[in-house]
Amino acid sequence: MLRGVTGTVSGPLLSATGLGMIRGERVLFTGVSLSVAPGESLVLRGSNGAGKTTLLRILAGLTRPEAGEVTRNGLHHWFAHREGLKPHETPRTHLGLWAKAWGSGSDLDSVLARMGLKRPADVPARYLSAGQRRRTALGRLLLEKRPIWMLDEPYTALDAEGRELVLELIEDHLKGGGAIVAAIHGESGFVPANEVVL
Amino acid sequence: MRPAPILSAFRQALGEAWAGGAGALLPLGFFAGAAVLVPLGIGTDPQTLRAVGPGILWVALALSSLVTLERIFQADTEDGALDLWLQTGAPASAIAGAKTFAHWLAAGLPLALLSPLLALMFQAEASTDLLRNAALYGLGGLAFYFWGGVGAALSATVRRGGLLISLIALPLYVPTAIFGALSMTHGPGSESAPLFLAASTLFALAVAPFAMAAALRLAAD
Repeated sequence: MLRGVTGTVSGPLLSATGLGMIRGERVLFTGVSLSVAPGESLVLRGSNGAGKTTLLRILAGLTRPEAGEVTRNGLHHWFAHREGLKPHETPRTHLGLWAKAWGSGSDLDSVLARMGLKRPADVPARYLSAGQRRRTALGRLLLEKRPIWMLDEPYTALDAEGRELVLELIEDHLKGGGAIVAAIHGESGFVPANEVVL
Repeated sequence: MRPAPILSAFRQALGEAWAGGAGALLPLGFFAGAAVLVPLGIGTDPQTLRAVGPGILWVALALSSLVTLERIFQADTEDGALDLWLQTGAPASAIAGAKTFAHWLAAGLPLALLSPLLALMFQAEASTDLLRNAALYGLGGLAFYFWGGVGAALSATVRRGGLLISLIALPLYVPTAIFGALSMTHGPGSESAPLFLAASTLFALAVAPFAMAAALRLAAD
């Protein structure tokens, strides 16, 4: 059972209508409407600076749009360019902290193993490589089952094996009835149910 | 409201404050430095030192609190932790309050604990008054850190925002500094001054978290 799903699961997990955003004096986008049903994925496309990250932040409720409305019918996971990892935290303490914060009793060792972080599990983040930091932050997705995943450039800094792993996580999540919204610049590696081009 | 995210934010902030190595000790050095230098500046006359001591320590406490405040929210906006905390579903004011309290515990409480020793350098007589005063420095310091936290939250996205924090926070420090200093004199009004000091701290604890929360939402926007 996915945690945080409200009401019937048959409707869209995430929907937005008429989203518009202005940054400075520039209109980033207007009239963006989207809807993501359980088991569906949505990929946000656009050149650098087109507003993919901003749209994702609006969908997550971090940024207020100038126009339009967002409806989320369930909890979401957030994975973005800035990982939220503190220099003094190790993969184990970081994931342990968030497991506690969310009140999920997941097995840290199995999450660390799945993310390929067994060896550097107790190394402070300031000594980790960019890819290991990304893997640590991705591990948060496994701490608690949440219906919506919001991913901003999930493949950045990962090696081939890491990309494979992310793809696996995404496919598992979709198969389990979850929804994914991802801003991806290059190859997505999977066939998205929908695309929004900014 | 689940308390778990708030406790986690507290734990992370405490770890962060101590992980900086000498980071948490910097205000302590600043505080002690000011107290050691003042007698050199104004001479060693015991009468004078005894008269100005408590006031100097209040000034030193206020300024020392500003030394590390810059980092409490700025680091969170830079490393993305702020985005995660704002999405926990816990009130942002509670998260901000927990972080600021952790910061006071790591950087502000040691100042109060050191104050009896510094008071002796100002020729204060060794008595239980020193412990009472330490408690008052702790109480006033809590208000300093919470008002400073408002400045820190407002300048969270500003690089080298230390000056901005000082400009925002120092006017808010005024009531605490006045009642704090008054509570250590023997003049008129000194009897009730500790109560007013406590009231100003309670006011800071009640109001500052909401101001911080609003500022942090703006910083994330």
